[in-house]
Amino acid sequence: MTSLVGTGVLLRFNLRRDRLMIPVWVAVNTLMVLSMPNTLKGLYGTQAERADLLDQVATNASLRALIGPVFDDSLGALTAWRVGVYAGALAAVTGLLVVVRHTRDEEETGRQELLSSGVVGRRASLTAALLAAAVAGGVLALLVTAGLAGQGVVGALAFGLGLAAVGMLFATTAAIVAQLTESARLARGLTAGVLGVAFVLRASGDSASTGGTSQAFGSGGGSSVLTWLSPLGWLSQLRPFAAERWWVLLLFAAAIAGQGALAYVLAGRRDVGMSFVPTRPGPPVGRLGTAGALAWRLQRGAVLGWSLGFFLAGVVYGGLTDGVADLVGDNERAREIFERMGGHSGITDAFLASMTGMLGLVAALYIVASVLRLHGEETSMRAEPVLANAVGRLRWASGHLVIAFGGSALIMLLAGLGFAVGYGKQVGPVLGACLVQVAAVWVVGGLAVLLYGLAPRVAPLAWGVAGAVLLIGWVGPALDVPQVVLDLSPFGHLPKLPGGDMEWGPVLVLLALAAVLVTGGLAGLRRRDLTT
Amino acid sequence: MTKAITVSGLHKSFGGTQALDGLDLEVTTGEVHGFLGPNGAGKSTTLRVLLGLLRADSGAAQVLGRDPWADAVEVHRRIAYVPGDVTLWRNLSGGEVIDLYGRLRGGLDAGRRATLIERFELDPTKKGRTYSKGNRQKVALVAAFASDVDLLILDEPTSGLDPLMEEVFQRCVEEERERGRTVLLSSHILSEVEELCDRVSIIRRGRTVETGSLADLRHLTRTSVTAELAGTPNGLAHLPGVHDLDVQGHRVRLQVDTDGLDAVLRQLSESGVRSLTSTPPTLEELFLRHYQNEGATS
Repeated sequence: MTSLVGTGVLLRFNLRRDRLMIPVWVAVNTLMVLSMPNTLKGLYGTQAERADLLDQVATNASLRALIGPVFDDSLGALTAWRVGVYAGALAAVTGLLVVVRHTRDEEETGRQELLSSGVVGRRASLTAALLAAAVAGGVLALLVTAGLAGQGVVGALAFGLGLAAVGMLFATTAAIVAQLTESARLARGLTAGVLGVAFVLRASGDSASTGGTSQAFGSGGGSSVLTWLSPLGWLSQLRPFAAERWWVLLLFAAAIAGQGALAYVLAGRRDVGMSFVPTRPGPPVGRLGTAGALAWRLQRGAVLGWSLGFFLAGVVYGGLTDGVADLVGDNERAREIFERMGGHSGITDAFLASMTGMLGLVAALYIVASVLRLHGEETSMRAEPVLANAVGRLRWASGHLVIAFGGSALIMLLAGLGFAVGYGKQVGPVLGACLVQVAAVWVVGGLAVLLYGLAPRVAPLAWGVAGAVLLIGWVGPALDVPQVVLDLSPFGHLPKLPGGDMEWGPVLVLLALAAVLVTGGLAGLRRRDLTT
Repeated sequence: MTKAITVSGLHKSFGGTQALDGLDLEVTTGEVHGFLGPNGAGKSTTLRVLLGLLRADSGAAQVLGRDPWADAVEVHRRIAYVPGDVTLWRNLSGGEVIDLYGRLRGGLDAGRRATLIERFELDPTKKGRTYSKGNRQKVALVAAFASDVDLLILDEPTSGLDPLMEEVFQRCVEEERERGRTVLLSSHILSEVEELCDRVSIIRRGRTVETGSLADLRHLTRTSVTAELAGTPNGLAHLPGVHDLDVQGHRVRLQVDTDGLDAVLRQLSESGVRSLTSTPPTLEELFLRHYQNEGATS
């Protein structure tokens, strides 16, 4: 097996390079999973409440689409139900990022050439990348199994292994995609697109099926073909904590082996640095004439992808809104509670508020990625010749910043329009709820600009800011984190829309803060040396 | 004689490293000025200060009569820059990049652009990563030579070019000079500098150690002389400026300072010269002398 020579050295090298990235992704995922039993205990403390929840899931297609079917009323089974799809998706993203980073990224930057000239087999890089992803998956499985062991060791093991399997499955998908494109960015985007399709397939499958069962555990409830087309569906069909169907893991193993084999065949057949979809020639004469046009050209693909994703998310969540509200309508006791809180509309409002809030948090990732394009251009030495032309730094930076800040408003607007298509009611208020998120998104973007302008070497810490905001928004409330910490996130200060009152005060303060941060960052950029 | 670039007492440090330590540089309008120095001497740092990408800690710099930091954009309208390592965007074709740089400078001569692409044998439809290193350099060179500017700042611009393209590059620089443009050429290829440059500045550890025309600089160095004589040579060892004297029978090899050449030739002819080779000092020797000095003092 000379094609694998050097795998060990490369694996150690990969893990050394990932010493921050893998632990952070695994830690966030583990935290999300392990916080869940506690949260659920608070919400559904008694057996009766949990049985009630199972009935609701069984009868409510929207809820199944959103989260998936549930197969038992134990806290463990409810945990696997509640976080399964999302933890699985997070594991999948970890896997795809790790693999692309060590394969196509290396080839695109030309570093692979130097590595391949050493005593390194033709398939060693791919193997080492997949093994690094396997390490990430293995650690996640271990932590989840240990952390949930209190709910039942067997179920915890099944759930941990299931999450790791989803991660590895998408790692091998990424390994295939990385053979097909010449761009690491495109490879990541396409694999994420596959993940999105898997989510939609599972959601449609689960909403069509009769879902889990509340009386006859394990009798199966008809699960739809669509569910079985999606690896995220397999994860719930593994049924952790509910008479585990271990053979589903074999399905994962077969798929991972199949995809891995395909990636190996492809990797063995092509030239280093080349791809199966070769780059087409471009125009001999260009029309780009300004720094702003260049920025748009570089970012338009990403803006398009995010726009499409946010619009579709709006349509999907909008379509589920009525169903989720019916959930409470079917349940007499819950209806009483919610009617006191503001009736049927109170529930739809709460659902819409939490969904728009979630999209706002995700938009923070967009704005950080977009702002940091400045950093990428500078460190890759592409900014230098541009700035050696008659282009001021501020003009150069503002091209990217308009796309970052305008783009984040655009994707939230499109999410709002998606809700209008999918839900059709309360168009104005829901649009407002989406747009109000922009104020907080801009504060995160402003922080990224400030970091980039004042301390370019640590600018990637902006990802840490976005990650912290996400973590606070998603698991903060469930973990009883002190209010002081919750208040650190700009999203915590937004008015709760729709349903709540629009408060201009905090929104204007956030907008002003964002303006100050951007101004500070640009002032720093003007004064400092270009890093070269 | 107006000055395109004047730099005096430039200092710049990065953390603990002193990159520029009182550097002086004068480039006269219309000349091709060679900028030489060993790796890490501060050449690229100087050029980046001149482009307003870095801000000097102290000292004065003027480019085309303006402050390169404060008036960066105005200065850049009249400058074209070629870095030593050109990085392109993956999804933009070479032609697009050439036109982008041209427009960002405020104009590109379409006719010259076409001629240059032909002369450099560049395929402008290929995209960023598919170009080899030499071809990426060509993209930047075409963009620079086709633009309508007064000053070209070239930082080891021919790295990766093959000898034929090196030839094309040299002709392009000659043409720039004929058009009255100023060129500041940082280079490691001494034959290129000897061929092209009117004046040369040599820097070492952030300071200028020599500056002047090649003739001036040659004056500071030694000529190698090899002679076959009819008789036995004598008295050579006592002449001023003679070094590395090596006498084997009728055969003599020596090095002589330019000032002492006349006396040496007279002494040799007294013994009857059968054959004589005299090699003028190359820039390389000049260069090596400065580099080796550095090695000796560091």
